[in-house]
Amino acid sequence: MNMIKRIVLFYSDGFKQMKVGKTLWLIIAIKFFLFFILLKLFFFHDVLQTNFSNDTDRANFVIKNLTNP
Amino acid sequence: MDSTLLVELSRAQFALTALYHWLFVPLTLGLSFIIAIMESLYVKTGDETWKKITKFWMGLFAINFAIGLATGIILEFEFGTNWSNYSWIVGDIFGAPLAIEGIMAFFMESTFFAVMFFGWDKVSKKVHLLSTWLVAIGSNLSALWILVANGWMQHPVGMEFNLNTARFEMKNFFDVLFNPNAISKFLHTVSSGYVMGALFVVGISAWYLLKKRDILFAKRSIIVAASFGLLASVFLTLTGDESAHQVALTQPTKLAAMEGLYDGKSRAGIVAIGQLNTDKKIGDGQKEFIWSIEIPYALSFLGFRNINAFVPGIDDLVLGNPTLSIEPAQSKIDKGKVAIASLKTYKEAMRENDNTKATIAFQSFRENQSFLGYGYLNDPAKIIPPVGITFYSFHIMVGLGSWFLALFFFVLYFSMVGKIETKPLLLKLAFLSIPLGYVAGEAGWIVAEVGRQPWAIQSMLPVGIATSSIDPISIMITLGLFATIFTGLLIAEIKIMLKQVSIGPEGEAHV
Repeated sequence: MNMIKRIVLFYSDGFKQMKVGKTLWLIIAIKFFLFFILLKLFFFHDVLQTNFSNDTDRANFVIKNLTNP
Repeated sequence: MDSTLLVELSRAQFALTALYHWLFVPLTLGLSFIIAIMESLYVKTGDETWKKITKFWMGLFAINFAIGLATGIILEFEFGTNWSNYSWIVGDIFGAPLAIEGIMAFFMESTFFAVMFFGWDKVSKKVHLLSTWLVAIGSNLSALWILVANGWMQHPVGMEFNLNTARFEMKNFFDVLFNPNAISKFLHTVSSGYVMGALFVVGISAWYLLKKRDILFAKRSIIVAASFGLLASVFLTLTGDESAHQVALTQPTKLAAMEGLYDGKSRAGIVAIGQLNTDKKIGDGQKEFIWSIEIPYALSFLGFRNINAFVPGIDDLVLGNPTLSIEPAQSKIDKGKVAIASLKTYKEAMRENDNTKATIAFQSFRENQSFLGYGYLNDPAKIIPPVGITFYSFHIMVGLGSWFLALFFFVLYFSMVGKIETKPLLLKLAFLSIPLGYVAGEAGWIVAEVGRQPWAIQSMLPVGIATSSIDPISIMITLGLFATIFTGLLIAEIKIMLKQVSIGPEGEAHV
């Protein structure tokens, strides 16, 4: 318990004392929102995962592309 | 909208994101080790000036790390969306290295990163120093796994194509890990990062000396960074030599494009500098250069470790050279088409439960599988990458690398004899060389990636077959979004960095 408390305090003190770090964390948060919410959800769906339900169908689709260029 | 546009847009998007990603990575690789060396000096000497120096550069390291964080994840998004055929085909090979990279990056960098920044007065000096070194080592080991994956694309080994699943399956992990192409690429790439880190520290320190402020800080930073940069530059030269040797052995078309060599020859020289003849076509007998300065025998020696070695040119590789048993590209295309037809026949036979037909098709595929990718090309000339961009990028990279070696030497020399402050021209050149480090790094990647066209996987899968059938308009939209987001990130990095540099070490500019 004491160890967990020390680890929590270690991080919380560190975050409290940050100067430029606060700006950097804000940039990281905005970036993660843009990457993982905006881009990933709306633009970057995994074509094979989305269009096919199992690996056999995915393999057959890719082989079709390879053999009918 | 045609498929050519789709492929070109997918390539442009990947190139844009990779080039932006590489603006952040090399500084992380190099600066992390320079900081670790500075902190080691602090722990060894107990001199508080070294602690202040370490904390200042650590602050700039944190800015670069935070802004660059996860920019590489975009490339993985693109694999699944724009390059789904490729992504499926290589999934078994890339799964292990990329998973190891993810775990290693998370545990090593993230854990020890916190100790490095939050632990100055909370853990012992030695534990803190260990954390700093582990962040540096962890960052560099992360790069290893990515470059193992890239090395495999350049020279696929340790695998076998499964006709049922359409995937390359790993047969020997250690063949993939110790692929000579991957090892030389890893060492050359990380050492370019070390040079970038050293240029950054030397350049900014030079600015302080020109401004006549924070003199002791700047002089000490320069001595550490110039020493590190000089050693890294020598290492960079050696690894570059090995990398080019591997290219000569496994990617002869890339080597020919790097040197603008059409007519292969024994005792071939390296073009130190020159202007390509843009009217030159394959097999037309025109001269390759408008003008050039050549180092005799060097290409044969550096490429094949033998000054008498024959270096095949573009004409030899496309048209073939019976005297030297170099197979024409058309012959490889024909074999590739047999491989594709065999794959198709095999799948039909499996559906029809015709084992005899399947066995014959399987054997035929195995006999021709090394040429699979060639079967998708309709013109032998397509095996040649864009010569102009490959040639000039290679020579820009080599030229700048040579300049950095000289720069570190002179900066270190004048620092050691105590005259660096009296050399304003050298200090200005050092400062101006910071962006040149980025130019050299990006040029290196252009050589590596443009130079291996038309292949997504060398000889196995051309980029035209690797892509997904998606709407090119969606790629145009995301291309614009990426350009905007990454440019925004770059501007943010530069602005925050400049502010911290102007505050200087006396302002306790740490995070």
